[in-house]
Amino acid sequence: MNTPIRTLKDSAVIAERNLVKVKRVPVLLVYVLLSPIMFVLLFSFVFGGAIELGDGSSYREFLMGGVFAMTVLFGGIFTASGLAEDMQKGLIDRFRSLPMSHAAVLIGRTASDVSYNILSLIVMGLTGLLVGWRVQGSLLDALAGFALLLVFAYAFSWIMAYIGLLVPSPEVVNNSSYLVIMPLTFLSNAFVPLESFSGLLRHIVEWNPVSALTQAARELFGNTDPSALASTAWSMEHPVAYTLIWTAALVVVFLPLSVRQYRRATG
Amino acid sequence: MTATIQAHGLVKTYGRAWALDGLDLSAEQGTVLALLGPNGAGKTTAVRVLTTLVKPDEGSAELAGIDVLTRPEQARRNLGLSGQYAAVDEYLTGFENLVMIGRLYGLRRAQARDRAAELLEQFSLTDAAGKPSKDYSGGMRRRLDLAAALIVRPPVLVLDEPTTGLDPRSRIETWGVIRDLIASGTTLLLTTQYLEEADQLADKITVIDHGRVIAEGSATDLKARIGGERIELTLADPADLRLAARTVGSVTGTEVYSEAGSSTVTAPAPHGAESLMTALRELDTQNVRLLDLGLRRPTLDDVFLSLTGHSAEQAPTNDDSTPTKDNR
Ligand SMILES: Nc1ncnc2c1ncn2[C@@H]1O[C@H](COP(=O)(O)OP(=O)(O)O)[C@@H](O)[C@H]1O
Ligand SMILES: [Mg+2]
Repeated sequence: MNTPIRTLKDSAVIAERNLVKVKRVPVLLVYVLLSPIMFVLLFSFVFGGAIELGDGSSYREFLMGGVFAMTVLFGGIFTASGLAEDMQKGLIDRFRSLPMSHAAVLIGRTASDVSYNILSLIVMGLTGLLVGWRVQGSLLDALAGFALLLVFAYAFSWIMAYIGLLVPSPEVVNNSSYLVIMPLTFLSNAFVPLESFSGLLRHIVEWNPVSALTQAARELFGNTDPSALASTAWSMEHPVAYTLIWTAALVVVFLPLSVRQYRRATG
Repeated sequence: MTATIQAHGLVKTYGRAWALDGLDLSAEQGTVLALLGPNGAGKTTAVRVLTTLVKPDEGSAELAGIDVLTRPEQARRNLGLSGQYAAVDEYLTGFENLVMIGRLYGLRRAQARDRAAELLEQFSLTDAAGKPSKDYSGGMRRRLDLAAALIVRPPVLVLDEPTTGLDPRSRIETWGVIRDLIASGTTLLLTTQYLEEADQLADKITVIDHGRVIAEGSATDLKARIGGERIELTLADPADLRLAARTVGSVTGTEVYSEAGSSTVTAPAPHGAESLMTALRELDTQNVRLLDLGLRRPTLDDVFLSLTGHSAEQAPTNDDSTPTKDNR
């Protein structure tokens, strides 16, 4: 009954509905656009001069990959809070009483939220250019870098969808999300070079998918020299592949988990 | 003929609370069943089981011959639900809300648009069709929610407290809308805390409390069950409550109802005016001062009172009390 086509159609209806909200509450966009700008400016001006990288490359340039990665993870908060709000307002109950695809409410949500990340990547890129960040490699590679950030962020938004369905009210979403996002970004090479971690922490950082995403973005933007990599971990030597493996794994695990949670949601 | 809505032995517990405790329900095709009970009686839980939102711990339920538990997908096709709180997207306009729901029922976009326009007209929302629903009044939102439940003209319609939280005027309007639906042959289950509402709209009333049926029948049946007129008196001083109740009880020889802390006493009066006169004399001898004393015909309230031992008037009053979210 719930053929893939029906699921896609229903997802499109839901995604369209979510996007109408952006149209009706344009001030939302201000938040979407302001925080990336703020992240880029804060990180490049506060830390930009404070940390010296051993190989003489610019820390500001080094930072951008990390700021991009962190910001797209934060984009997942929209997914969690959107679902938590639908739950609270009783819309999830209404959807669940309709003969529609169960997964569609979640697929439509994660899909429409990609638009926030596209916007924030554009704004961050432009802000980065203003403060002196440059793509040193080919344009094609750079586009691949942006695409990888988006794809990983999409997968990550399934974790956030799960969180959004679990929390008792939308007010709790932010706190719960920070509990996931903060350790992921700070136990990574996003802001601090890999070399500054040692022992067990170093292993954690090397295998953290956010490190791989950051490393991949830096390499694709030409902001780091892969041959200067101070790690022999497979995840760091093949950051793109490792990121894609995580991307697939997150969707495979959290899509069904979220759908299950959606079915039993009590609103 | 089997009933269009039926449930047998529904049990649902939440931790140690028994929301449903062996509930049976049935409504024949084209009739209106009112599920009447105070706050916390289990009305919403029953609705959630029938509308596939919650699996009961025990029991079975069917809608239009379809087993709700084993074929929920199929059941949803035959079902329109308007929950206890209007569940419309506040950012979408009334029109957009209805089109969305229509498409999720599987209508094509053009069909959904036609049907949406038709329903907005029917529910007097055409003027507000292009406004985001967050700008609607409570009554308008409720009507939009009802309209959403009707998009595909489902054979079974379930309305959970359709008028709770509405001002009296919107409430009367909503009754009008529901009467039109009834006339169109839909089988309807509606829950309410208001006896008057059940009396006005339903063919059959099932009174529930603590997740169990405590009485069932037409409004007339229920009234007949407690028979006779009632003495009702209002005390000048609530401190006299126990004394007054005892006195009235000794006169009527029936059970007396008096809410602790209130100043009213009611009791069935088997001998009508004669009981009233005697009670009045006795109360006077006891120096009980009265604000009001009278004889009246039984209402559904009295049915409820005699069946559950507490008044349905404990439920919130029907003015614009804002619904809280934690009782869904
Ligand atoms: N999701 C839930 N979790 C815990 N208790 C619940 C839940 N839903 C209902 N209950 C409890 O079950 C009982 C019946 O609730 P409900 O069906 O909402 O009653 P009504 O709709 O008649 O007011 C109440 O005691 C309520 O507290
Ligand atoms: Mg209820």
